[in-house]
Amino acid sequence: MLKAAHPERPDALTWAFLGLGVLLLPVGLYLALSAPPDVNQGYLVRIMYLHVPGAWLGYLAFFVTFLYSLLYLLRQDPRYDRVALASAEIGLVFMGLALVTGMLWARPTWGVYWTWEPRLTTTAILFAVYVGYFLLRGAIEDPELRAKAAAAVGVLGFINVPISYMSVKWWRSLHQTQSIDLTTGKVHMDPAMLQALLFNLLVFTLLYLGFVRFRALVAALEARKEEA
Amino acid sequence: MRTKYLLGLAVILGALGYLVFGGLGQNLVYFLTPSEYLQDQARYQNRPVRLGGLVKQGTVQYDKDRLELRFVLTDGVAEVPVFHKGTPPGMFKEGQGVVVEGRFQDGVFQGTNLLVKHSETYQAPKAGWTPEEVRKLIEEAK
Repeated sequence: MLKAAHPERPDALTWAFLGLGVLLLPVGLYLALSAPPDVNQGYLVRIMYLHVPGAWLGYLAFFVTFLYSLLYLLRQDPRYDRVALASAEIGLVFMGLALVTGMLWARPTWGVYWTWEPRLTTTAILFAVYVGYFLLRGAIEDPELRAKAAAAVGVLGFINVPISYMSVKWWRSLHQTQSIDLTTGKVHMDPAMLQALLFNLLVFTLLYLGFVRFRALVAALEARKEEA
Repeated sequence: MRTKYLLGLAVILGALGYLVFGGLGQNLVYFLTPSEYLQDQARYQNRPVRLGGLVKQGTVQYDKDRLELRFVLTDGVAEVPVFHKGTPPGMFKEGQGVVVEGRFQDGVFQGTNLLVKHSETYQAPKAGWTPEEVRKLIEEAK
């Protein structure tokens, strides 16, 4: 009974997500490397299969942080705070991946590594906000106050996600608009490329689900140690 | 207590809304089109600007020895002659969307930085894509 409330090790679902994600990762890599080149960019387009899942996971993870921060503010249950923390950490890593792969992609296609255009600027701000999220967590000793303050950042910081996503439409930018446009449902992509991208999005999402459950468990163990 | 939070949230959302749709929105325009620039030249006088548009067909002149690139930038309405010193990016070609950073001097836009804007459409080459065919494709694009 006590064990179920305070698990010592990851449960079957966590292992399933992690196992499936790790197993399918090479398949995703194979699909990405065997997908056709682009008419204009040639093989350069293949960095998309890393860039887009990275950005997607950043957005998704920050959304989960937003959700669990809100839940924490309403219920004050430390479990929600731990999931918010876990998700923000993973989101930051994948957003960083999206920024780095984006820069490596931008140099040969646009001609520069970085330029302060709307999509890049809003994404940089987004990244900085979640770096701030961890600075704030590190600065507050009292667990309850720490969770509350972090939840406030987790909720407000998320506002930037839809802004970042829509930035390519709202403002005139250098970044192309979405190739898979969620607002209109239009897809501007060769079916073979789309398949490879969707598969990689799925693999990354599975990995995220595994990571976030695993990290939340580690946070729970840490919290128990802190109490004891 | 709850009204205090709601008030705070409303203030923050209002401020963000203003930033996004008010004053900041104008400054977030990443580049001007040639016609926008020509309509309001006095405003951008002696200031570095970014001009964006398409490379007009048949106007690209590139001196490989001196690394001097000349072309005409168009937005369909106005046209601007551009001079840029340096190698053009790999994806630069006629009809391509570009953004040029620089300033006007004697009627010619002196570019200091040349950026290529590509579309959101990704298509596989029609002829197939064995390594040899792709190599040919890349060489043709240059």
